[in-house]
Amino acid sequence: MIRTSRRTLLRTGAAFAGASALGFPSIVKAQAEKIRIGHLTPLTGFLGVIGVYAQLGVKLAAEEINASGGILGKQIDLLSEDSINPATASTKAQRMLEQDGAVVLLGEISSASSLTIMQVAERNKKVFFSTGARSDALRGKNCNKYSFHCDIPNTVMVNAVGTALSQKGMVKGKKFFTLTADYIFGHDLLKAAKVFFGAHEANLIGDELIATDVTDFSPYLLKVRQAKPDVVCCNLAGNQVTNLVKQYAEFGFPYPLVGFNLNTGDAWAAGAGNLSGTWPTVWYHTLQNPTSQAFVAAFTKKYGKPPENHAWIDYITLKLLAEAINTTKSTDSGELIAYFEKQSQFDIGKARKAYFRSWDHQLVQEAYPFTVKPKDQMKDQWDMLVLGEVVPTANDPLEAIYPTREQNPCEMKS
Amino acid sequence: MQFEFLLEQVVNGLVLGGYYLLIALGLSLIFSVGGIVNLAHGAFYALGAYVCVELTKRLGFGASVVVSPLAVALLGILFERFILRRFYTADPILSLLVTFGLAMVAEQAIRMIWGAAPVSTEIPQAFRGSVIVGDFLFSRYRLLILAVVAAILLGIWWLLQKTSFGRVVRAGIQRPDMVAALGIRLQPYMTAIVMLGVGMAALGGAFFAPITTVHPAMGAEIMTIAFVVVVIGGLGSFWGVIIAALLVGVVRGIAIHFEPAAGEASVYILMFLVLLVRPRGLLGERIEKFE
Repeated sequence: MIRTSRRTLLRTGAAFAGASALGFPSIVKAQAEKIRIGHLTPLTGFLGVIGVYAQLGVKLAAEEINASGGILGKQIDLLSEDSINPATASTKAQRMLEQDGAVVLLGEISSASSLTIMQVAERNKKVFFSTGARSDALRGKNCNKYSFHCDIPNTVMVNAVGTALSQKGMVKGKKFFTLTADYIFGHDLLKAAKVFFGAHEANLIGDELIATDVTDFSPYLLKVRQAKPDVVCCNLAGNQVTNLVKQYAEFGFPYPLVGFNLNTGDAWAAGAGNLSGTWPTVWYHTLQNPTSQAFVAAFTKKYGKPPENHAWIDYITLKLLAEAINTTKSTDSGELIAYFEKQSQFDIGKARKAYFRSWDHQLVQEAYPFTVKPKDQMKDQWDMLVLGEVVPTANDPLEAIYPTREQNPCEMKS
Repeated sequence: MQFEFLLEQVVNGLVLGGYYLLIALGLSLIFSVGGIVNLAHGAFYALGAYVCVELTKRLGFGASVVVSPLAVALLGILFERFILRRFYTADPILSLLVTFGLAMVAEQAIRMIWGAAPVSTEIPQAFRGSVIVGDFLFSRYRLLILAVVAAILLGIWWLLQKTSFGRVVRAGIQRPDMVAALGIRLQPYMTAIVMLGVGMAALGGAFFAPITTVHPAMGAEIMTIAFVVVVIGGLGSFWGVIIAALLVGVVRGIAIHFEPAAGEASVYILMFLVLLVRPRGLLGERIEKFE
């Protein structure tokens, strides 16, 4: 046994206390000179594949901001973690705000997790940018003053694809069969799809609610065949989309497959030769715009592959947040909210500038339908998609494709 | 018409069950002979898929779906020789821990080699599309999988029942001490069984690579359904696992026909009911502790 004399113990203790008094203040000071920002996104589970891209995007933004002097002269200390599920997302968000000292939160893809983080943000009176969640309900009945929504909502995705399909004569009088993700996002997307079908004289002849952990779609595909629709419509999310697309190609049905939701990460995962049809997107790396192309170049240089749309949206969100903090010279929630509610305009790498709509905090921006390139025309495995005409067209106001206040009312408590 | 639709789901369930069998049977065999619950089994399934995708770029899908399981089976030799062999007589908790750890290591290794984003491959053109037999529709590709699974099952049955290899393995399962007393070393047989088991899992991964998302966590995902099948059939029972795999596929299909949202839950409800009535599973050995 090692014996420690009382004297040695006291001496060591005194030395430690002395070192603490001298050394720790500088550490504390160093920490105080950073602005801590919390980032949550699913890195595991059915949305994990696209969440990984989101994390790469936000890290690149933080590095670029820090390299150019930080915000308010301070470096960003980005805390980025796996949100896992709604309950864990909420717990982590609370910890980031209460214990880690995050001044603002951003991230998330799952609408269910985003909803719980929104509640934490409201309780703590801190701003949260929901970067990748698309449920209309988050902007409508669940909206709150502290939450901002960066991705396009379900209604916009339905309008983007629906408009493209209408132009091809694939909507009016046609029989649709939908496959829907069985959680808040899917339910919400189906609701938006039903509104669109109703307004454009299309018939919904069947819908299947599908759990998020389903990997084999063959029983559902048999039900599609039994219903004999004109068009099959995918309202799924994450890995579900990839699995459906691959298995739809496997069965080789004659009914065209389209979708109201798809992320480029899911399209890449499905691979060339499996994906077909018309789908919506918020951004694609071939978009010809100087800001977008600068981001694509920086991302590709750093990570050796082009960015996915969630990488882009988390990147531009941190950039516009930095711009807002630098302009208002404050991280105070009230001042930031007031700044965004003035509908300040931001360059997000698209033809038209974007702004947060004051009454529901939705980032109003352009969207695109896309189709799939023939395999022999793809330059590489990432060059899969052909962007369609931007929606809304240049002559229409940006808000034309977004739900109106009457369609998706939002009551914010002040 | 409703009945025909239901029957179509039942037949499709049998096909899917055949696929579950590829993963569950190896898991069960390794437990039977070595007494080890191999939590790393899913890792070999994932490796089979990744190696197949990688080889397809060079050799085409046909050759890759054969070479990939063989390559993974060779890896199984190292797995048995340097890891499993140390734990046959040890406390079962140790083998659980080590195979669980290995599963995590394998998942991270895949992430480091191939990246976190999924990789993809596609079905050869000849096997795309469906065939209609009578009133039933089948995916051409799944019929191919079913034919291969049936051939493998037949082969394994023949190996275990009709060869001297099978006699030693069966004796080893029932009375390893007696086999040892007769001067037969069980270790080479164990190596062969592990090769067979992980090779089958890899074949499952290779076959499913073109029709499912190939991502690092796919091994962990498949383990849930593999365990459900093994537990329903009875751990260590050859025929039990076969019946359970087909039953799971069929029950899921019927559930989706009547109540789509309950499709996944139905499998666990089935497991719950079987365990309630027969804690050892359908054809498992009696576990006195529970009965």
